[in-house]
Amino acid sequence: MTMEHAYVRDSMVDARQPPRGTDGPIAWLRRSLFASPSDTLLTILGMLFLLWAVPPIYNFLIGHAVMPGGTVKECRAEGAGACWAYIYARFNFFIYGFYPIDQYWRPNIVFALGAALIVPLLMPSAPFKRINAVLFFVVFPIIAFYLLNGGVFGMRYVPTEQWGGLLVTLIISLVGIICSIPIGILLALGRQSQLPIIKTLSVMFIELWRAVPLITVLFMASIMLPLFMPTGTTVDKLLRALVGVTLFSSAYLAETVRGGLQALPRGQYEAGASLGLGYWKRTYFIILPQALKHVIPGIVNNFIALFKDTSLVSIVGIFDLLNTVQSASSDINWSSPTQAVTGYVFAAAVFWVFCFAMSRYSLWMERRLDTGHKR
Amino acid sequence: MQKTLVTFALAASLGLIGASAAHADTLSDVKAKGYIQCGVTGGVAGFSAPDANNVWAGLEVDFCRAVAAAIFNNADSVRYTPLTSQERFAALSAGEIDILSRTTTWTMSRDTDLGISFLGTMYYDGQGFMVRKADGIESALDLSGAAICIESGTTTELNAADYFAANNLEFNTVVFVDQDEVVKAYEDGRCDVYTTDSSALAAERSKFAVPDDHIILPEIISKEPLGPVVRQGDDLWFKINRWAYYALLEAEELGVTSANVDEMLGSDNPAIKRLLGVEGDFGAPIGLTKDWAYQIIKLVGNYGEAFERNVGPSTDIGLERGLNALWTDGGLQYAPPIR
Repeated sequence: MTMEHAYVRDSMVDARQPPRGTDGPIAWLRRSLFASPSDTLLTILGMLFLLWAVPPIYNFLIGHAVMPGGTVKECRAEGAGACWAYIYARFNFFIYGFYPIDQYWRPNIVFALGAALIVPLLMPSAPFKRINAVLFFVVFPIIAFYLLNGGVFGMRYVPTEQWGGLLVTLIISLVGIICSIPIGILLALGRQSQLPIIKTLSVMFIELWRAVPLITVLFMASIMLPLFMPTGTTVDKLLRALVGVTLFSSAYLAETVRGGLQALPRGQYEAGASLGLGYWKRTYFIILPQALKHVIPGIVNNFIALFKDTSLVSIVGIFDLLNTVQSASSDINWSSPTQAVTGYVFAAAVFWVFCFAMSRYSLWMERRLDTGHKR
Repeated sequence: MQKTLVTFALAASLGLIGASAAHADTLSDVKAKGYIQCGVTGGVAGFSAPDANNVWAGLEVDFCRAVAAAIFNNADSVRYTPLTSQERFAALSAGEIDILSRTTTWTMSRDTDLGISFLGTMYYDGQGFMVRKADGIESALDLSGAAICIESGTTTELNAADYFAANNLEFNTVVFVDQDEVVKAYEDGRCDVYTTDSSALAAERSKFAVPDDHIILPEIISKEPLGPVVRQGDDLWFKINRWAYYALLEAEELGVTSANVDEMLGSDNPAIKRLLGVEGDFGAPIGLTKDWAYQIIKLVGNYGEAFERNVGPSTDIGLERGLNALWTDGGLQYAPPIR
């Protein structure tokens, strides 16, 4: 016999609203901002600070700013904010420096090609990684160099003194980052090596470059080096800066990587050896993948620092982004009280965009590579 | 052992420096590479700065263009190396640049210690005074008792104190630690006078809301002769550059401009004939063609034109000729005769 049920619920009861006072905006406010007297005080102080700070900043950057298309007269007016019209007018200078105007297509192709190659390289799901890597690390630099430098296929020769702006900032940081990775890893391995000569040389190299400020390195490269070389043999100024930045950065990177190597338990080395793997195979298949994963934040930290340090080359007269901004601030056609400040705000914004992108990408990469070793 | 190494290294580096100083045929080198390498500032408006088309322009840039015109008949055969003030002399000694034309003040120690030679004075700078036009002040001698905005601890302050004491004027300063503060204070009316180097005064003035409300007084109270520099030890190169500078002055004195230089070829004035190479060959002894000065004037203009174009009263910088007028107009610019 079957039981007859008078009532069977065939669906879940909808969740009821939580009691008033535990949810909603008011509760959120109370919980997050006014939970205790000290919280309340801090909230009020914070609000006051924002009230004090935000309107002037807003007015300077947007409210009273002179937008592109404005004239220098408006920028000179009493109480005018940022002179974006000036940034707009000199934008090409900030991007290309002294690169001949009718040749802008060449850096443009380099920018486009670089972007087209680096985006799939950074996306783990994109196919053809190996070809892509070869294209980006080997073929692209060669093409980029000949495109920018010219002198082949009927393209006009453009000496590196005329390269400038964001173009040079990106060149220095990309070359610095890409070249310092292998050098840094080799130095880190060298420092851990059992072979006394390799170990000593690595230690000496790392300690020398770490003990010298980057400014000194650049000054040495641009001022002292030419004095020691026979006249007539000049090494390109940009190349000197590139080498200086790369060596400097690789010394720092070496120490970061060494941190990762030391974090690996000894068992990993021994396990590799017991499988019959030689030094290089063990290092490549077992040690480095784990060690590098540990130090992603440190490596990216290095890269971000390197990217910002590129602005130091302005001290030796190379026209990177910051130097073009500084130089343009003496542009008499746009001279106005806010000219210099606007330029620096612009430079800061560009630097921020690149550094922030790097930092977000590294966070994402860390999460993707996380295999549960995190503590 | 270590001592030997150090000695060796020192000897080697000195030897190389010596070698580079002894090597001295800049003209041939320049002709071989096809351009002049000119050291300039990173950007000082009117003197050397990138213009709206990202091309270097300015009074000091025009000097390098003049030398290029004399050598190559093409004023664009110049490449520019922006230099900081720390590296400028090293870059010149090391042969990275052929001419240093970078707002460099001619002083004795620089001329004698650094292995470099100053050619002449492209611009006589010096400390000046700026006042509001509405105050009706016309000379620095009217400034007795006026409130002067000044940067503390600078030679500017000392120069002004000396000048006021020497002229029995009452010295009344409002002192600030930072240049921007000084300008701001002057702009806000906290003082009547703002003083610093006159070319800087002019550049600051152009940033004011209404630049024409302010005037720079004619008195200059300190000596800052700015001039181009070449390496010591290459007399021919030195002379080419010096005479390029003199040709700029001589052309102005004789009234030869880039516009009328072709007409002037037919002039009866023997001085003009000599300048333009119609009579005599003054180019050969310095390794140039006899129309070297004609090319300079044709392609760059005379000194007055360069001044007018870059820093003169019609530009936003608006500097008066003052000391930089020709000697015939009561200034200091004077060229030995070409004969």
